Amino acid sequence: MQSIIEVKNVTKKFGDFVAVDNISFEINKGEIFAFLGPNGAGKSTTIKMLTTLLSPTAGTLILDGHNVEKDSNKVRHSFGIVFQDPSLDDELTAYENMKLHGVLYSVPKELCNERIKQLLSLVELWDRKDSYVKEFSGGMKRRLEIARGLLHHPKILFLDEPTLGLDPQTRNHIWKYISELNKNEGITVFFTTHYMEEAERIAERIAIIDHGKIIASGTATELKSKTNTASLEDAFLSLTGKVIREEEGSPVDRMRMRRNAWNKR
Amino acid sequence: MKTIYILWLRQLKRYFRSRSRMIGSLAQPLFFLLSLGYGFGPVFKAAGQGSYIQFLVPGIIGMSIIFTSIFSGMEIIWDRQFGFLKETLVAPVSRFNIMIGRTLGGATVATMQGVLVFLISLFIGFKPIHWGLVPLAIVIMLLSALLFTAMGTAIASRLEDMQGFQLIMNFLVMPLFFLSGAIFPLAGAGLLGKIAQFDPLSYSVDALRSLLSGISQFGIGADFCILAIITFAFLALGSYFFSKIQI
Repeated sequence: MQSIIEVKNVTKKFGDFVAVDNISFEINKGEIFAFLGPNGAGKSTTIKMLTTLLSPTAGTLILDGHNVEKDSNKVRHSFGIVFQDPSLDDELTAYENMKLHGVLYSVPKELCNERIKQLLSLVELWDRKDSYVKEFSGGMKRRLEIARGLLHHPKILFLDEPTLGLDPQTRNHIWKYISELNKNEGITVFFTTHYMEEAERIAERIAIIDHGKIIASGTATELKSKTNTASLEDAFLSLTGKVIREEEGSPVDRMRMRRNAWNKR
Repeated sequence: MKTIYILWLRQLKRYFRSRSRMIGSLAQPLFFLLSLGYGFGPVFKAAGQGSYIQFLVPGIIGMSIIFTSIFSGMEIIWDRQFGFLKETLVAPVSRFNIMIGRTLGGATVATMQGVLVFLISLFIGFKPIHWGLVPLAIVIMLLSALLFTAMGTAIASRLEDMQGFQLIMNFLVMPLFFLSGAIFPLAGAGLLGKIAQFDPLSYSVDALRSLLSGISQFGIGADFCILAIITFAFLALGSYFFSKIQI
């Protein structure tokens, strides 16, 4: 099997805070990989490093044969991403947001229009295509965001808690579509989620990260037998403990908090 | 090319859809024109400087351009806060093209704003010295707009949230405007006149004044060359900072 994502000894620090602590893993071409962990474990920071938004403090990341830091332009050609937090332009309509994405990713015009219709219908937003995004509810924005992420068919698809706050029907539709993409076009899928049953059902391989370190990885069955538990949720809890994590902000929020605290002195 | 076009179009759409912003950014220059223009007019005339409206209008055009441009450049902070910036930063297009698209869009908006102020000023008694020179004045407006949009982009690329925005408005844009000779003649202003030589807006205002009103301090040739050089410098700086953005 050929690996398409290689992460070697990667560390990311924000000041004194170590968000990601010397992690390494590989993901094979065409695999569906779930990256699980409690809040603030380092999932999103890892995704941001893999998608060229943050540079690591130490270590190397290779995506589709290119070094993420040195060849970031080439790397950007090989992936697509659905972010955890919103990334739509509120002042544009749903259709314009899709169209803009299509142009940025040079999806051929005809194909682009065809897919926009298909995807907006999938997430049940086709009849709202000309409404401004600022008029949308949170769930609608989430759905639009996913539709947009699926508009171009990249080699690797990153999904950072894509189905958060969506009803089971929509979640089901979306995962079905993604599985088909994975099967028909061999797209590698890297996703994070807090719904353990989703990870168990969809992911071929799972890694669990906590306090910036990968503490376990393998198939759902392997993780369950290793921890002697009946479900992935129990396996997850036995590995990461039952203590509720203090909800930490994103690295940016943290920096902002620190700076504000400093400014107010 | 398509990237540049689509991001340029986005800036224009955002501008035309935000009525309050359009009205607000026209009201301010209008108030300046009316209050300063009519208020200081008689004093200016008595001092033997001629018509104050003829003198003031190019300055107010410059003002509306610098405000709109820096604001457009700094929209990056908004996009960062609302998340849209990420969408463009992970796209497989060069960050240089993204920056150029945004900057051209912001500069186009600011130039239109400048032209609108020019048109309004015709109603309150402004007369350009020669209509044939108006297109050249528009070129100067565009060049200045590019300069200040790139400046806004460069600054906003280094800022994380909107709190820095007020700071920039008060400690950069206001001084740039007041020291530029937009509202008073630089000749004979002593130290102020010397400081103004380090203000890029002085050259925009001077160029516009020489093309529209026939009054010049530095000469149109010098104005144009200096503006062109500073514009390229800020475009380079802006695209460098933009390419280094981390989220």
